[in-house]
Amino acid sequence: MNNSPSSVVSAQKLGLTFETSDGPVHALSNVDLTVNKGDFVSFIGPSGCGKTTFLRVIADLEKATAGEITVNGMTPEEARKSRSYGYVFQAPALYPWRTIEKNIALPLEIMGYSSTDRKARIERTLDLVNLSGFGKKYPWQLSGGMQQRASIARALAFDADLLLMDEPFGALDEIVRDHLNEQLLKLWARTEKTICFVTHSIPEAVYLSTRIVVMSPRPGRVTDVIESTLPRERPLEIRETPEFLEIAHRVREGLRAGHSYEE
Amino acid sequence: MKRALHSWQGALALILCLAALACLPLMAADAPSPFGTGTVVLVFLLVAGAALVSFTNLSQPLVATILFVAAHLAVWLLLAGIAGNEGKATLAFFLMLAASWLLAWRCVTELSGIRPKSKSGDTFLRLLIPAIFGAWILILWEAATRGAGIPFIILPPPSSIGARLAGSVPILWADVQQTIFKAVLFGYVVGCASGFVVAILADRIAFLRRGLLPIGNMVSALPIIGVAPIMVMWFGFDWQSKAAVVIIMTFFPMLVNTVAGLAASGAMERDLMRSYASDYWQTLMKLRLPAAMPFIFNALKINSTLALIGAIVAEFFGTPIVGMGFRISTEIGRMNVDMVWAEIAVAALIGSVFYGVVALGERATTFWHPSNRGG
Repeated sequence: MNNSPSSVVSAQKLGLTFETSDGPVHALSNVDLTVNKGDFVSFIGPSGCGKTTFLRVIADLEKATAGEITVNGMTPEEARKSRSYGYVFQAPALYPWRTIEKNIALPLEIMGYSSTDRKARIERTLDLVNLSGFGKKYPWQLSGGMQQRASIARALAFDADLLLMDEPFGALDEIVRDHLNEQLLKLWARTEKTICFVTHSIPEAVYLSTRIVVMSPRPGRVTDVIESTLPRERPLEIRETPEFLEIAHRVREGLRAGHSYEE
Repeated sequence: MKRALHSWQGALALILCLAALACLPLMAADAPSPFGTGTVVLVFLLVAGAALVSFTNLSQPLVATILFVAAHLAVWLLLAGIAGNEGKATLAFFLMLAASWLLAWRCVTELSGIRPKSKSGDTFLRLLIPAIFGAWILILWEAATRGAGIPFIILPPPSSIGARLAGSVPILWADVQQTIFKAVLFGYVVGCASGFVVAILADRIAFLRRGLLPIGNMVSALPIIGVAPIMVMWFGFDWQSKAAVVIIMTFFPMLVNTVAGLAASGAMERDLMRSYASDYWQTLMKLRLPAAMPFIFNALKINSTLALIGAIVAEFFGTPIVGMGFRISTEIGRMNVDMVWAEIAVAALIGSVFYGVVALGERATTFWHPSNRGG
């Protein structure tokens, strides 16, 4: 169907059912979605809608139980083994016994980059997330926002064109979050990566994305896919424009449609 | 009044002084060489004077110094006065002893309140306070045993234990070599290392994990000392059988702790490794072992004391005529309690050093752990 050369992630009729002691839980059902190269796709929906699960299926951290999914034209497992994505978790997950530098070096060590190459990449990615000069610090000496930036640097350090981000700024306050969103857009423009971004914040999704995937729970499914009409260059003030508010409105409508509180 | 409450030790010391004055002399009437009047006056002046100083508003270091000098000088005079008068000390003597002890307590309290600016000053205080504390345990012990004439068999005074210790260095050294350098160190290293290796194997091989761990928990609940005679039958009288006991004692704490430690890394951290397509050994070396370090050091610390106990007690069940446990069991039979205490002192010293070295290693390795980060 959507296996054009530019598609990075392509899912058809994807389903995932967890077998629990209370019976099966349908985390995902009938998800059809294509993410193209260079896209910034946000997944938004209430908790339990399977947005994180979908990201984890792409990353081969969960296995789909139905349907098809390809990542870079491969199965998720092959894609993981060929190290084709970087994953940013909800928490920084930096190792406290390693300095920031060494944390960024972790994937590079595992993937066998030479030590001179490692040094150059650490310097470059630290600069990319505005953390130059903090390389020798330990994670617990930095603020939460800085730690999350370091974890983004770690995901950017190796050559993966796909960046999977699972509510990376969920635990941060709004001021830090705005700042990091702005930086993330700049970073996306500079690195030309494809980004899949899970969030539960409507303004965040609208501000960042070229496409917004609205999901709803029980079973987790896609209810709407909204193409953003906003330009790629987005100052923070764009969030006050009518165009922005209209997209936000559509997202909200989509969330409401998939969410029958009356039940 | 407020000052008196603030330095209640000083106030109590003054009251004790008055009580002691009321029931002089310091030694019983039949004491062969009673205190000279000058000495008695000096002791009272020192104690009462220092107690009064503790009420003043002088700077803390000055008050502490005065208290330190006065309390220790007074108690030194008191202790020196026991010589030749063993068992003749009266109530007044012990009241004055208690008063000097209270002054030393006040001194330590003052010292604890000082916030030194320099790092070396801080270190000095950190060492001085426990040193005064420890010294007073010995002082009170010495005064009680000799002053009240407690039988030597029951509790020898620290001075004669010290003399015995100094006089039997070659014997003690031979015992230490036999017990510590051979049995304990060998058993500790082999026991901890094999516990660690088996933990890794159990992590890798499911049937070991499911089969060995429950048995390991059961075995570690057994009184391991009970196997000492069997080890002597198997490995002979020399240090090898003691090392075997130590190995058995240290193996399971290390096994159980390492297995727990390997499970301690978080799910997110492991997912991260998986997303890098990291293999088993990379994940082990870069994530799971570092995360397990606090657990492993916990086992190393537990084992450092277990190994010492195991080796000493195992020697009770048959040994060549050297070794700390052998010495303790034979010397107690010959009523040489001071030698037993000397061995205990040596064992305590070595145990502390052993534990301290492991603890230093822990601080260097797990500096990142929330419990070690400090400020």
